[in-house]
Amino acid sequence: MAQIIVVTSGKGGVGKTTSSAAIATGLALKGHKTVVVDFDIGLRNLDLIMGCERRVVYDFVNVINGEANLNQALIKDKRTSNLFVLPASQTRDKDALTKEGVGRVLEELKQEFEYIVCDSPAGIETGAMMALYYADTAIVTTNPEVSSVRDSDRILGMLQSKSKRAEEGLEPVKELLLLTRYSPTRVATGEMLSVADVEEILAIPLLGVIPESQAVLKASNSGVPVIIDQESDAGKAYSDAVARLTGESIEMRFVTEEKKGFLKRIFGS
Amino acid sequence: MSLLDYFRAKKEPTTAVTAKERLQIIVAHQRGERDAPDYFPAMKQEIIEVIRKYVQIDSDQVSVQLDQNDDKLSVLELNVTLPEKP
Repeated sequence: MAQIIVVTSGKGGVGKTTSSAAIATGLALKGHKTVVVDFDIGLRNLDLIMGCERRVVYDFVNVINGEANLNQALIKDKRTSNLFVLPASQTRDKDALTKEGVGRVLEELKQEFEYIVCDSPAGIETGAMMALYYADTAIVTTNPEVSSVRDSDRILGMLQSKSKRAEEGLEPVKELLLLTRYSPTRVATGEMLSVADVEEILAIPLLGVIPESQAVLKASNSGVPVIIDQESDAGKAYSDAVARLTGESIEMRFVTEEKKGFLKRIFGS
Repeated sequence: MSLLDYFRAKKEPTTAVTAKERLQIIVAHQRGERDAPDYFPAMKQEIIEVIRKYVQIDSDQVSVQLDQNDDKLSVLELNVTLPEKP
């Protein structure tokens, strides 16, 4: 049975697109046929992060409007087999997404794919609501920072009242926390909220912790999802998160500070 | 945090502790309003206006909370901090 996963956050710039690209790629690498859909109509960026921006011909809105069929719009990833991208439209606005149209396209994707990863735009307007409406699972991407945590809590409220599952009284959307841009060093010095703090406030299960990493910018510079870079801490952390998503239980890594040398311990860093 | 820090003057709470406390308050507030009916903000505003006819208060001195205990019973809780007597 196909699963619809929304990567959402409320706040912008926390790593939704980076996470969508990494998680979709990770699922495909595990052999699951996966499509990642960009819901950020008018400001598409998933294609850039996935490195397929020059291969976009038709988009999500074209398919909704019947101007192209799904197979014309889907872009097959060149690096990873089992992976496809459905890009957003660059020229339309978010009102091009209708509940009925999105539902129709997702239903068609469900016939083809095991996982449908929906990359939500920031905010709580139409695009974001459409991205979360049909979700079975929500990955709430959060930075350890006050405005991001507050917005995540708002999104959790939306999932519990405005999603299809909530409206129809079905089993609620499964909510998972993905904490990104985490710096164990700053947590140790009391400058950053800890994993435990954020878990306590949002009160949802933890899917993964992605450390603040230079690899993320390098990956987006070259249009390669960061999970492909298995040398990097962020890449490994995303792989762990994907494994947990598919039911494996794996211990959290990169959540504690690296051991300091003797001199640093005495004089501080 | 280095060993020398332990000998320095008494510690103030870290900014992370402040962040957590602020978030706990705002999130609790947000969740209180999550399930409230659409007329709730307007009703809250009117209640404040009525109190203001008699006592000068700021809107942050009033907390109006709707608690849903179960399907049949919800409690409207009104908490007003009145100004001290001059």
